[in-house]
Amino acid sequence: MPDDLKSGRIVIVGASLAGLRAAETLRDEGFIGELTMVGDERRLPYDRPPLSKQVLLGRVRAEETTLPRRREVDAKWKLGVRATGVDPIARHLLLADGEQLPYDRLLIATGTRARPWPNAEEGALDGVFTLRTTEDAAGLAERLDAGPRRVLVIGAGFTGSEIASACRERGLEVTVAERGPAPLVGALGKSFATLAAKLQLAHGVDLRCGVTVTALNGSDGRLTGAELSDGTRIEADVAVVALGAVRNTEWLAETGLAAGPRGVACDAGCRAFNMYGIVTDDVFVAGDVARFPHPLFEYQLISLEHWGNAVAQAEVAAHNMVNPGPLRRPHLAVPAFWSSQFGLNIKSVGVPTFSDQVVLAQGSLEERRFVAVYGYRGRVTAAVSVNRAKWLPYYERLIQTAAPFPPEPATVEPSTHTPVPSDVPDPKVLSHGPTVALTGHLPDLRLTLRHWGG
Amino acid sequence: MAAADTLFRRITDYANRADPYPLYAELREAGVVRQDDGSYLVGTYHEIAGLLHDPRISSDRRNRTVPDLLASREADVQVSFIGRDDPEHERLRNIAMRPFGPPHSPGRVDAMHDEITDITTRLIDALRGRDRIDLVEDFAYPLPVTVICRMLGVPREDEPKFHAWTETVIAGFDPSPDSNAEERQRAGLAARKAMGEYLGALAESRRGKPSDDLLSAFVNDPGPEGGFTRPELMATAVLLLLAGHETTVNLITNGVLTLLRHPEALELLRREPELMPRAVEELLRYEPPVHLLPQRTALTDVEVAGVTIPKGVPVILVLASGSRDPRRFHEPDRFDPTRKDNQHLGFGSGVHSCFGAPLARIETQIALTELVRRLDGPRLLQDPPPFRRSPVLRGPRHLPLELAGLKD
Repeated sequence: MPDDLKSGRIVIVGASLAGLRAAETLRDEGFIGELTMVGDERRLPYDRPPLSKQVLLGRVRAEETTLPRRREVDAKWKLGVRATGVDPIARHLLLADGEQLPYDRLLIATGTRARPWPNAEEGALDGVFTLRTTEDAAGLAERLDAGPRRVLVIGAGFTGSEIASACRERGLEVTVAERGPAPLVGALGKSFATLAAKLQLAHGVDLRCGVTVTALNGSDGRLTGAELSDGTRIEADVAVVALGAVRNTEWLAETGLAAGPRGVACDAGCRAFNMYGIVTDDVFVAGDVARFPHPLFEYQLISLEHWGNAVAQAEVAAHNMVNPGPLRRPHLAVPAFWSSQFGLNIKSVGVPTFSDQVVLAQGSLEERRFVAVYGYRGRVTAAVSVNRAKWLPYYERLIQTAAPFPPEPATVEPSTHTPVPSDVPDPKVLSHGPTVALTGHLPDLRLTLRHWGG
Repeated sequence: MAAADTLFRRITDYANRADPYPLYAELREAGVVRQDDGSYLVGTYHEIAGLLHDPRISSDRRNRTVPDLLASREADVQVSFIGRDDPEHERLRNIAMRPFGPPHSPGRVDAMHDEITDITTRLIDALRGRDRIDLVEDFAYPLPVTVICRMLGVPREDEPKFHAWTETVIAGFDPSPDSNAEERQRAGLAARKAMGEYLGALAESRRGKPSDDLLSAFVNDPGPEGGFTRPELMATAVLLLLAGHETTVNLITNGVLTLLRHPEALELLRREPELMPRAVEELLRYEPPVHLLPQRTALTDVEVAGVTIPKGVPVILVLASGSRDPRRFHEPDRFDPTRKDNQHLGFGSGVHSCFGAPLARIETQIALTELVRRLDGPRLLQDPPPFRRSPVLRGPRHLPLELAGLKD
């Protein structure tokens, strides 16, 4: 029986980072069956982090971000075609071109897309961008090359802040509009965000917090500017909508899987749940679209839009797709992500939003080299470094071992700070969506219990 | 079996230099152990990796509560970044990195590729007609010396002068707890001073006359943050010259020794030279050039694997033991040039991870690729070969080989 798992038909929906790494792992683990990769973008899997950094700075062309391969995957590629549904009983994946792809095991790795500007007509103005795909980045980079008079960035999460940073580095005028009280507040809490705001101002960003963009103005189909909720108007010929991501789950609405706006729920082994909370054994989930229980965060279901999570979870999902029960592994990796902006290297481990307090554990805020440690009910749950990433393995261990918060003071680069409230806001008040969604106690929809007859 | 608190004595005992690995196995078995001189020895992978990232551990010997000549006022020698903590360590390392690597000089090491290949080719060509060579004197020593001289901007013909200093400095850092330790340390300090004066004068002579080397860059292009003071420059230059050639020589020599001890691996690399980068990583795990870090100090009481290391005492991290830890590596005592899961400790880890690693990697990759390709029928004449004195920078003093010939 176990040998059967190494053969048969596996279909992976979503041909980006998680899909590719899963495919490679399947082959590494001895899967000799038929492998099909389905992706709605025409390009072979590519790397997205550079799209908001090196590509916008003109150092790398958007088309040059193809992901390096770890090995041959010997797969049939169906690119440029969307999946529209799953028939879980017949075990078919339905495609937009009408094809029905049979599978024995299915991996859902459809990720997220950029949240569009809510007003479609305004969003269609020439000069309005979102940033998620190669085409987005190529188009935006071309516009930045042309030297716009002002760029408006809507939303000051990580992507928005990185875009603003790239614009300033290129000497372009930038306005950043953020509904929350400061940049990055949704991911890192208020005290960190205060620093981020200072940083943006010091780099010449026209930062407007506590405001929303109420309208994008255009003339002859071209963007001319925007109106803000405080009554001010700004002129801009480029606007980037950086309002977070939407998980690509709509296509699963009729499948009976536990799929909703916060992702597709799965167990620690990446097996998808159906809508009744019963685990499937032939549908797996990985990457940004997955919503999984994490023991470090009280088994809440969390979704992570992190590069490293996509890789680690894809590897676990793929391993579990071709190995029997007792050999299966849980996905327990400590979440981690990085960002580079305004000359700073920011790196995070754990989940900073899962916190009630934060302390500057090491280094100096003023000199912009430090590690901030987050705690929740007296234990360490996250750490964020600025230009100090190499110390993070130490703090990661504190998270893994549920070490007491506040941690004992560091002695290299000691800090005398005491803990303060971390002030992580309710995601609802931010312009951009959270990059980490803790969703365990917030069911997306109420189930109506059906009574079967007989 | 001898007591665990003499392990450091036994590891540093020259009699065990040729094969310290059984002692490392004993160390891993014993856990974190206090030595009879008060220092603590750590030899297991996860504990070493943890301590390399632990902000409660200092690299600055001045934090020791035990008397330490090298850290005393009497030493009167500027300490280089390897012996300092952040933020000073970072500032000095960044200045040194500016002309050497990213972000300011990302292509600098790669640009050395052709030159290293030329030097390698010339050294191997010179072996033509000889059926007996000493790999160390004839190849593994002159290659990295020539490269680091070129990189730093030190005249190659001054080698006899700085080689003598180098040997004395290394002996001074040798932490072996023997009776003439203090004498060695004093001589080492004097040599560091002399070497620093020499390199400082060289750098000064380039001021206003930029040339394509690090010493010139240090005085002519200090960068926006401001460059080195004269004593800082001297300390850094001594470190780079020393580390630049006293480590890679061991990596190359250990490499040849290991390949000759494993003919199947040698044959594999002959057939598939593209495996060399991975083979070099395996060498860094299996026979690394740096065996232990002797200068770490606990800044507070630190619990490691159930043992409390008290504040102020030396913590000695035996990297070469960690890289052979069976709790981390599958079949750790097997040399496997195709090993994939290989996050070895050969270059350390954390903020002090090896500054020159990229250079050491390409030098060794090029050197071993060419040696494997061109040496015809190489045979070890002495196994084990005579080893260098130092238990820290460990490698053969000589490696006598017999050759059947040389390929083009």
